[in-house]
Amino acid sequence: MTTATMISGPTWAHRIARARETPVVVVLLAVVAGTSMVNSRFVSRQGIRDLLLAVSFIALMAVGQTFVIVMRHVDLSVGSTLGLASYVGVLAMRNFPGVPLFWLFLAGALVGLAVGLVNGVLVALLKLPALVVTLGTLYVVQGIQAVVVASKRINAVDLPKSVVDLGIHSVLGIPYLMWIVIFVAAVATPIARHTSFGRDLYAMGSNPDAAQLVGIPVPVRTIGAFMISGLCAGLAGALSLSRFGGTDVNAGIGLELSVVAACVIGGVFIFGGSGSPFGAVIGALLLKVIGTALPALKINAFWQDAIIGGLIIAAISVDRIAVVRADRKRRLESRR
Amino acid sequence: MPEAPLLAVEAATKAFGGVPALRGASLVVRAGEVVGLLGENGAGKSTLVKALAGINQLDSGRMLLRGTPYSPGGPRDAEAAGIAVIYQEPSLFPDLTIAENIFVGRQPMSGRRVDWSAMRTEALGLFDQLGVRLSPDRTARGLSIADQQLVEIAKALSSKARLIIMDEPTAALSASEVTRLTGIIARLRGAGTGLVFITHRLDEVFEICDRVTIMRDGVTMSDRAVADVTVAGVIRDMVGRDLSDLYPKTSTELGPPILEVENLTYAGTFRDVSLTVHEGEIVALAGLVGAGRSEVVESIFGLRPYTRGSVTFRGRLLKSGDTGSRISRGMAMVPEDRRQQGLFMSASVVQNATITVLDRLRRLFMVSGRAQRAATKDWTARLNIKHASLEAPVQSLSGGNQQKVVLAKWLMTEPNLLIIDEPTRGIDVGTKAEVHRLIGQAIGSGLAVLMVSSELPEVLGVADRIYVMREGRIVEELGRDAATQELIMTAATGAAV
Amino acid sequence: MSDLPVLRRLASWDVFLCVFVVCMFVFGNELSNVFGSEAEVRTAATVFNTLRNVGEIMLIALPMTMLIISGEIDLSVGSAALLSSCVIGKAYESGLPMWQCALLGILTGALGGALNGFLVTRLGLQSLAVTIGTLALYRGLGSVILENNTIAGFPKDWVAFGYSDKLFGFLPKVWLVVIPVAVLFTMVLRHSKTGRAVYAIGLNGEAARFSGLQVQRIKFGLFVATGAMAGVGGLQITLRQASASPTAVRGLELAVIAAVLFGGVSIFGGRGGLFGVINAVLFLGLSRTILRLSGIKPNVLTVVTGGLLLASVIGPALSARLRAFQYFSRPTKPVESESRSGQTRLPDPERR
Repeated sequence: MTTATMISGPTWAHRIARARETPVVVVLLAVVAGTSMVNSRFVSRQGIRDLLLAVSFIALMAVGQTFVIVMRHVDLSVGSTLGLASYVGVLAMRNFPGVPLFWLFLAGALVGLAVGLVNGVLVALLKLPALVVTLGTLYVVQGIQAVVVASKRINAVDLPKSVVDLGIHSVLGIPYLMWIVIFVAAVATPIARHTSFGRDLYAMGSNPDAAQLVGIPVPVRTIGAFMISGLCAGLAGALSLSRFGGTDVNAGIGLELSVVAACVIGGVFIFGGSGSPFGAVIGALLLKVIGTALPALKINAFWQDAIIGGLIIAAISVDRIAVVRADRKRRLESRR
Repeated sequence: MPEAPLLAVEAATKAFGGVPALRGASLVVRAGEVVGLLGENGAGKSTLVKALAGINQLDSGRMLLRGTPYSPGGPRDAEAAGIAVIYQEPSLFPDLTIAENIFVGRQPMSGRRVDWSAMRTEALGLFDQLGVRLSPDRTARGLSIADQQLVEIAKALSSKARLIIMDEPTAALSASEVTRLTGIIARLRGAGTGLVFITHRLDEVFEICDRVTIMRDGVTMSDRAVADVTVAGVIRDMVGRDLSDLYPKTSTELGPPILEVENLTYAGTFRDVSLTVHEGEIVALAGLVGAGRSEVVESIFGLRPYTRGSVTFRGRLLKSGDTGSRISRGMAMVPEDRRQQGLFMSASVVQNATITVLDRLRRLFMVSGRAQRAATKDWTARLNIKHASLEAPVQSLSGGNQQKVVLAKWLMTEPNLLIIDEPTRGIDVGTKAEVHRLIGQAIGSGLAVLMVSSELPEVLGVADRIYVMREGRIVEELGRDAATQELIMTAATGAAV
Repeated sequence: MSDLPVLRRLASWDVFLCVFVVCMFVFGNELSNVFGSEAEVRTAATVFNTLRNVGEIMLIALPMTMLIISGEIDLSVGSAALLSSCVIGKAYESGLPMWQCALLGILTGALGGALNGFLVTRLGLQSLAVTIGTLALYRGLGSVILENNTIAGFPKDWVAFGYSDKLFGFLPKVWLVVIPVAVLFTMVLRHSKTGRAVYAIGLNGEAARFSGLQVQRIKFGLFVATGAMAGVGGLQITLRQASASPTAVRGLELAVIAAVLFGGVSIFGGRGGLFGVINAVLFLGLSRTILRLSGIKPNVLTVVTGGLLLASVIGPALSARLRAFQYFSRPTKPVESESRSGQTRLPDPERR
């Protein structure tokens, strides 16, 4: 590093080169570019629209999940939360006919915040492992959803037109739903990067004991992060309702692991301490792009999950190797 | 009337589970002064530092900061009072940048946003003040220990610390890094900061410190200006512990070599270590904490790999990193850290004692609970282990009895060579003597012992032969008759008397 | 002779669970009446259905218990079972005799477990992250093998073995496999040297290493065993459904882990046993049956599963914190902590 950068701070070029998200973005662009060279129809208006719609709610949940993973926890309850929120959203819209669309999101948000609060309190105050707690709330929420829904399937005809329209229309070629995700990510990324709340989460994930010692209010931060994750999952419920024009008992089941996968692929270190909501969105995009690129490349589309699995393992292996290398370097330097 | 000193500790006492660590320690530090705090391992320095840092509370005695009473309830209180402790191996946040590490928990803000450029500028300012060049933008992961300490020092400066305590900062530093640290200490002193500097390297004391405070067995022995002391005097104050006849060693006939280690090397940790242990012999590996002794015996026992050299045990060359074959050939090791490495603290005495001999207690592939209990009963009686019941968790036992459970677990394997790392750390005097008696007894029955110990009286009282390690190498070999506390300490610290 | 009072041993969680399972069966009819139905729970057919439906959960929960006690976890078991099922289907379609297909399926599972074990023990990766990855990988390979096809037409006697054959009117024939395997695992965990080592590793991996235990080798073995049993589970699913399809299995991994934790196994490792887990599997299966017979959607049962799972961890945590509080009000000694790889933060003595 030169003296100039020492004073002025790293240039943009430096920062981009070093960011954890950069390789993911590069891979994403390479897949898109490569595929469209082979098959020019890959980058069609309709193709992009479908892709972004499919990405939207996973990406939104991944944004929330990032806050939990950077502090070395995990939230498995997001899938069920999405399911319950989508149905509660329906109830809100139907019992009060003519209310604005905003109510749908408010209902989803409240459901998500409630689940997040429960998760956060159990993890932060009872010191229970997040994996077990959120596995438990996954089931509880899923069951509540089953009770509430009682096997009714909600179809587009049952929904106010505004909800269905939201899932159909686009601005500048990007669907409304994706704009919502972009907006949330645009708010969440600076929260993670630039507020003391966000920085505390990274510190907690990077070295939990030291975080305690420097006086970070660990329980408050933990609850806050889980509530953000819940909030995003709740909003994602509203999104999925618009996207599919309906919901049923099985909505959201099994999504939790895709969300974690999106985060890991997007450069959120599963051991806490690094990664960003922006990266998580890119990770979610990459997940779906691979799915759509395969048929365009005339590769068997069934390879999608296998490739994703391989990517996850590659991502954590690369992190691990970097850590081991750094430690070895330190050891060899430490004694003459 | 003279101005009150920056820090005064008076008649401090502290005991852990009945074992006294401080028995009337005192310490005075004035602003702009560097005080060297010296003492053998176990003299009570760390306990005193922890009391100052708010990690432990004193049992009695008092601490005064500029004349006003100071009794921190936690590390935050210490920070608020302007006291900072730099540990030998700092605990940073590896994923955060250096600048952020300095300001974590109290970042400069502009509005609701973290003010990154102010953070960088301040960090650079601090490094300027320290006269070092460290990029504030890189992450702390992979930073050398010396640089990690610098980050901690910068952190201390940024929180306006008036007293900085450095706990053996130089133990893991290279010569050039020590020089840099020396320069920094001089700058801090010039700025009026009080410093306490704990070290084992006596040459550094004379180079850096204004005053020397020496502790022994939890008591402050002396407090003099550096100009008034000599190396020999310092060592005498440090080591003048009673050599009572607590350590009965019956001389036994030495047999052939049972363990031969040649040029054992693990890059960055220890180098060219050669040693021999004979049947019926007790060999001690002396030296300071951090000299690489534990690492050497762990490599001999197969728990760590080594990059070069050979280990021959009972005439057979052993592979690196294969503990199982060593145990089955009769090697055993009582580790340094009883709670983390020696025992399963929440498991019962039986489970702990028999974990090494489950093979022998099997009937038809099933471990017999009855045989486990019988074997444990036998050994708890032989080692006189006091326990509420065989099913009681070992964490309910006293430290000394815990250590005897670890001994039992390995003596059950009927080893030919017993490696013991710090046999009597943190246990009361009575049990210490008992442990030494047990080691002596075991020797009588043909066992050989390789012992790592930081307690000089123990080394001198128990061992037939002594190797002294310093900075990853063996620097001295002494017979039982030739060894003295002064000789060992001189070799271990590298001081020129 | 044991020093532990008999009473305390009887008051344990697994015994409680066992009593509960028995009660549920005995009072099953009355229970279903509570839900407003006249269903007959106390019948051989009910037992048969329950046992048949929990077969694969039981099989996979056995090694999973050991794995969790050793301080690791495997989220990929559902996918491994699925992959095994797909391999069996593909192999059968290509004309191999059924017993070879079955063997191939189990081998596939074991290989999957070996990959997990390699990544965890050799590369030092965290098992939670690794097995989320292999979860996707094995599921994906399953779809690659079978694409969208469903393979059916397995030999009649095999399918009958997995679906309808019964002994004494209530015992699915499949349990002729399940029971010996369960006994074997219970004996190994309770009484063998390996079993004792598994507990030791989970309690304190460092001390286990210093005691000369082959920590990495044992963990690797556990991953392979878990994979192999997932393979057997895949075989059972294939036979019961009389078909193999890449969408046959969903959420099995979480069902298995929930049963293990509900059975009293500590997620921190070192604690728990198979008696509790076996009873937990039966308990969850039986309550599902009762609710279904009572005309309640099985989805609703997940509230019960989740609630019980939460209760089984919250209870001990609350009482431990209460005890810790009393402990700290007395002056001496720090309290022993049980932490695992940073997933948890422990009560900090500094912060009362």
